[in-house]
Amino acid sequence: MSLTKQQIAQRIAKEVKDGYYVNLGIGIPTLVANYVREDISVEFQSENGVLGMGPFPFEGEEDADIINAGKQTITTLPGASFFDSSLSFGMIRGQHVDLTILGAMEVAQNGDIANWKIPGKMVKGMGGAMDLVSSAENIIVAMMHTNRAGKSKLLKECSLPLTGVQCVKKIVSNLAVLEVTPEGFLLLERAPGVSVEEIQAATEGKLIVNGDIPEMVV
Amino acid sequence: MISKKVDSVSKALEGVKDNMTFMLGGFGLCGIPENSIAELVKRNVKRLTCISNNAGVDDFGLGLLLQKHQIKKMVSSYVGENDEFERQMLSGELEVELIPQGTLAERCRAAQVGLPAVYTPAGFGTEVAEGKETREFDGKMYVLEHAFKADFAFVKAWKGDEAGNLIFKGTARNFNPIMCGAAKVTVVEVEELLPAGELDPNQIHIPGIFVQRIFQGEKFEKRIEQRTVRNKK
Repeated sequence: MSLTKQQIAQRIAKEVKDGYYVNLGIGIPTLVANYVREDISVEFQSENGVLGMGPFPFEGEEDADIINAGKQTITTLPGASFFDSSLSFGMIRGQHVDLTILGAMEVAQNGDIANWKIPGKMVKGMGGAMDLVSSAENIIVAMMHTNRAGKSKLLKECSLPLTGVQCVKKIVSNLAVLEVTPEGFLLLERAPGVSVEEIQAATEGKLIVNGDIPEMVV
Repeated sequence: MISKKVDSVSKALEGVKDNMTFMLGGFGLCGIPENSIAELVKRNVKRLTCISNNAGVDDFGLGLLLQKHQIKKMVSSYVGENDEFERQMLSGELEVELIPQGTLAERCRAAQVGLPAVYTPAGFGTEVAEGKETREFDGKMYVLEHAFKADFAFVKAWKGDEAGNLIFKGTARNFNPIMCGAAKVTVVEVEELLPAGELDPNQIHIPGIFVQRIFQGEKFEKRIEQRTVRNKK
């Protein structure tokens, strides 16, 4: 069975370590916050200028002046801080943020990522994605392995305009956990009940399979 | 004390003309200069270039200027919430320059602090870097991005004093502080305008030297774009 979006978020949450400052992108990455272990200390950064993001407010307690990068009303936790956009991207470019989790339309086997533009169709802009992928040391991509038509999104080369070059280190998809290596996509874990052959069939880029591949625990 | 106080939004916007370039603070609809935007709509200045992270929604924020076809060009990082924007962009009426959000911030800040350009890794190897100077530092590639040049910066702060000192609130801070002093004239609207001496100098986010005109906004709607709540247990 391939993973649901919630399960992808759940699996990525295991990569979040004690003491990490984490930037979460919009979509599946936002869900990761729900699954981080409660016995570790983690702070979430939102690039519009907040560290120490908390859950959504209770009804009636929304504050128009406190939102996340998805423009959703949020709360802050003890120890939180606000800052301007320059300092926000300063902490991203300056590599003070330990982990960046974002979505992708395509990833290439060399770590290139495309997630901001479909020429002629979708031109909403890159937001902070180009800054994040060009600077972060530790980037995990949350994505579906194939598009709705069943075509692979893990490619030899990206076909869409790039967001960043050779920057993705790890991918958690609905089918697998993969590491991006100089040789290609190294298969680390399979979704429960998904075979190596199924993953191979859904991966256009070079897939490296070394020995037995364990099922992921979610 | 050098007073920056003006009595009305109309005095604050004296000198705005067709074909000018404006910077406008805000992230989504959070921390946007609502009162200045309303005055720009009223004055009906045309063919504007607007530097702002987003372009508002159809019926609020910069969407109001778009509705009246006052904007010739937008410089933004993300413009996804506005149908009229999309229509004007696809029909070629509206020129759009999309740039990375951190680059947008730094091009404002560079203008504010007297730097002609800055190197950033954002966008290297992508269409954003096309035609731009690139350079390697310590084995990594960077793109040279130039400071913005603008005629007016429209900023929204929470509290200010007559000297132009500013304090921002929450994530309504965003691009507002780094647009102060980044244009020829910086116009700030505040929710609360206090006499000089009422704000603790230790708490000031932006000193008045970066501000030319400050006024108390008549009203702040503070519309919420995505109202998200959780249930009480």
